[in-house]
Amino acid sequence: MEALVFGQGRMDSRLRGNDGRRRRRPPFEGPGFVSTLQAQLPALQVVVPLLAAPVCALVRSPAFAWGFATAVSAVCFAVSVALAVAVSGGAEIAYLLGGWAAPWGIEYRIDALNALVIVIVSGASTVTLVHARLGVAREVRRERIGLFYTAWLLCLTGMLGIAITGDVFNVFVFLEIASLSTYVLVALGPGPAALLAAFRYLVLGSIGATFFLVGVGLLYMMTGTLNMADLSVRLDDVSDTRTVAAGVVFVVLGIGLKAAVFPLHAWLPAAYAHAPSSAAAFLAGTSTKVSVYVLVRFLLDVAGVDLAFERLGLGVFLIPLAIAGVLAGSAVAVFQDSVKRLLAWSSIAQLGYMVLGLGLGTAGGVAASAVHLFNHAVMKVALFLAIANLVYRVGSDALANVAGLGRRMPWTMGAFLVAAMSLVGVPLTAGFVSKWYLLRAALADGMWPIAVVILASSLLAAVYMWRVLSAAFFTEARPDSVQAHARETHWTMVVPVVALAAANVWFGVDTSFSVGFAEMAGAALFAESP
Amino acid sequence: MTAQVLVLGCLVLPLLASALIVLARKSPNLREAVTLVTAVLVLACVLGIYSEVAQGGRPGVVLSPLVPGIALKLVVEPLGMLFAMVAGFLWLVTSIYAIGYMRAHHEENQTRFYACFAIAIGSTMGVAFADNLVTLFVFYEALTLSTYPLVTHAGTAEARRAGRVYLGTLLGTSIGFQLLAIVWTWTYAGTVDFRAGGILSGMPEGVAAVVFCLFAFGIGKAALMPFHRWLPAAMVAPTPVSALLHAVAVVKAGVFTILKVAVYVFGPDLLAASGGGTVIAWVAGATILIGSLVAMNKDNLKARLAYSTISQLSYVVLGAVLASAWGTVGAALHIVMHAFGKITLFFCAGAVLVAAHKTEVSELRGLGRRMPVTMGAFTVASLCIIGLPPLGGMWSKWYLATAAVDAGQWALLGVLLVSSLLSIAYLLVVPLRAFSSGAGEGSAGEASGIREAPAPCLVAIVITAAGCLALFAYPDPFFDLVTQVAGVR
Repeated sequence: MEALVFGQGRMDSRLRGNDGRRRRRPPFEGPGFVSTLQAQLPALQVVVPLLAAPVCALVRSPAFAWGFATAVSAVCFAVSVALAVAVSGGAEIAYLLGGWAAPWGIEYRIDALNALVIVIVSGASTVTLVHARLGVAREVRRERIGLFYTAWLLCLTGMLGIAITGDVFNVFVFLEIASLSTYVLVALGPGPAALLAAFRYLVLGSIGATFFLVGVGLLYMMTGTLNMADLSVRLDDVSDTRTVAAGVVFVVLGIGLKAAVFPLHAWLPAAYAHAPSSAAAFLAGTSTKVSVYVLVRFLLDVAGVDLAFERLGLGVFLIPLAIAGVLAGSAVAVFQDSVKRLLAWSSIAQLGYMVLGLGLGTAGGVAASAVHLFNHAVMKVALFLAIANLVYRVGSDALANVAGLGRRMPWTMGAFLVAAMSLVGVPLTAGFVSKWYLLRAALADGMWPIAVVILASSLLAAVYMWRVLSAAFFTEARPDSVQAHARETHWTMVVPVVALAAANVWFGVDTSFSVGFAEMAGAALFAESP
Repeated sequence: MTAQVLVLGCLVLPLLASALIVLARKSPNLREAVTLVTAVLVLACVLGIYSEVAQGGRPGVVLSPLVPGIALKLVVEPLGMLFAMVAGFLWLVTSIYAIGYMRAHHEENQTRFYACFAIAIGSTMGVAFADNLVTLFVFYEALTLSTYPLVTHAGTAEARRAGRVYLGTLLGTSIGFQLLAIVWTWTYAGTVDFRAGGILSGMPEGVAAVVFCLFAFGIGKAALMPFHRWLPAAMVAPTPVSALLHAVAVVKAGVFTILKVAVYVFGPDLLAASGGGTVIAWVAGATILIGSLVAMNKDNLKARLAYSTISQLSYVVLGAVLASAWGTVGAALHIVMHAFGKITLFFCAGAVLVAAHKTEVSELRGLGRRMPVTMGAFTVASLCIIGLPPLGGMWSKWYLATAAVDAGQWALLGVLLVSSLLSIAYLLVVPLRAFSSGAGEGSAGEASGIREAPAPCLVAIVITAAGCLALFAYPDPFFDLVTQVAGVR
């Protein structure tokens, strides 16, 4: 039943009111949609990278694999943007795979929340792929480059699928596609440490996936359905049973592990630090975000606020963990001597922000989470790509090797500076917008200690970023060091980084996309629960 | 329409100049010409806006919408006008001074110096014209970041350590306290705009007191104790930086922000009722006295001036939190008067450094004969800071004292008077020593080869010292602006 069924899909696109409870879907309308390509966009979003992936494996030429993967990723991005435009007015797209009516068939659903996520995923993939050619050619063995891009496209497929599907078992399928290909991506990193990191991730990731599956099984047992919309309606009747409570907790733990929610974050620093630089940038921008998305979708849409927050009190559980993650992640990041590890620990802290917004259990909190989901992707990908440039030139991401690079690699380090300011939350950068909404959500709830935590962690972010920046801009390289002779990297590696830095400023000033979608998503999720 | 262009010009011209300065790095003369021409243009823009604001106009321009309900927006109101006039005029004077100083002192990285300086001035204009708390915060942080390279200009270990203190204190307080206060304000009031009478009316008094304290300490640039250490640390910067930024633009941006928050966010009624104003009034009073006492014990001239600044800044804070018309008038006028006085003192300190290579007060004996213009100006400016007629400093002290009497705060009046006496002790002793004829062994007066500072420095010193005098006879342009605000209530 849960095999991926592709075929003649049909889309019924309609407005779902933000006011009422979820309604049973009316019969689809508008025959004009049926035959157009646009109607098939939700399926194309997943099918295109899935079918393209084997091509990279069959044609082993690195140059072809790179070009093909990049083109496919760009197509995915275009599809994501088209879908985002389609739902930007508050509409919701429901797409029935193979024409099988939900809840029996698999349904894809796109609303403001996952439109934001697919734009993040496909956008991050495209930018990092454009950047990847030279870096991957150096870090991955030549005969494996084709496989690397195959794994990349599969990973992209999995993440897009997780985001787009409206079926909980389908989420598991895509989660496995994404996870397995991620283990491959990490394992292809240079040095034996990459294998170890991948293995560690594999073990923990599999545990997480198992937990998720057990949780889904328990819910299926109680409701007899796997469709998210259907599940949310049927759960209302059985929500006071212990089985459902256990199911929800299993799912939260499983996804929490994938999302690296503190204290389930142990796999993350090593995986990001040892993966090939480009893959690390891609994963840092997307993989945990997608898991956070699943957490939001599952808790607020499927389980619903009543069950998750009122009855199970998950807010009381998530908020302390998020705070611990925010503070611990930031504090550990301060003491890292490898820039990639520093950024990885910073990611753990930043994920804490997103969980914090979710844990508040308010529309404002979720909107803040979603804004940060987007903004953090923009800044972290920029930071990781800048470090990829640095590794390409200097050969290592040790903090000691950053000294004096501000002058020698002005574009790369300039972009790093901008993205770092964004991470700290300097006004007119994307990070400030996130922080602003998060603070507002916390204060609107009367949770001023949380506001204090957020600000304290900003200061810690300023400290750890300062360590990198002061080394780059205010210390001179020793004449005998590698970086004394470093120069700016190839323009294909510089342009994406600078573009992302500019995006950090752009989304700090023009918030209509990020905040617009996030607030729409928050409002929609909370309108449904009375 | 034209006024809007002028408002934009005040912000954009310095940023443009910064880019041109970098482009013209190969030719120092061209580079300095860019600075001077821009300074003249900015001053012309500011003066162009003045006539409209003086007639009650409020020219404004929206730079960009940020998030729903909050725009990056500039509107010129009288207090901002006053601050912009001071900063704009003194930038021109400082540019003249800096050219003489930087060349005579053979400083390195002059292009970075002038470029960052221009950005700092642009940010200051942004602070002055900001129409809401968020816009103000944006330019406030831009000012912090753009002045960091100026503080660490020397590149030595000491300069870097000072830079860390500078950035740590200013960013720490602004992110830790000020941002929290801003978001809190927004959550409560639903707006962050500056409005006459305040936007927080109805806030519970206890909460209002907490938020006001968060603002007062969060605006670290106002150097309220215990967040004052960055200012003496910043004195490692070249003297023109200390003069314009750490006696005028940066620190005045701080007290100006507190004044704006007190007048336009809280409003006098809430401020008086909440008790937050009283708390900060006592903190300011303590800062005034302790700052003066520390200044007396500093032998390094610039450090002494820095502690004097810390002390004097709290006068403005005090005026702002007294929550009365006279308090506002006194606070706003003190921004102007102290700016002219203190910048002259720093100019003189820099001139002494460049011409005589002296940094300590104890080394200055007999220097007055060698550098009569510099030391004469130092005397005038000292009297201005102390607040004696016929110098501008008298007016602000007068109104501040009136406000203290008005509010029945006799203890605070006592603080003002004692601090004036203390400032005589720490400031006038400098020219007294310089002019004393008892040239002891190894005194500066005996050393051969000490001459007056370079001509551009002297020109600047004379202009600002004359300004101190002129402001006594003719404070009207500033006074008219301030009464508009005070008269509103």
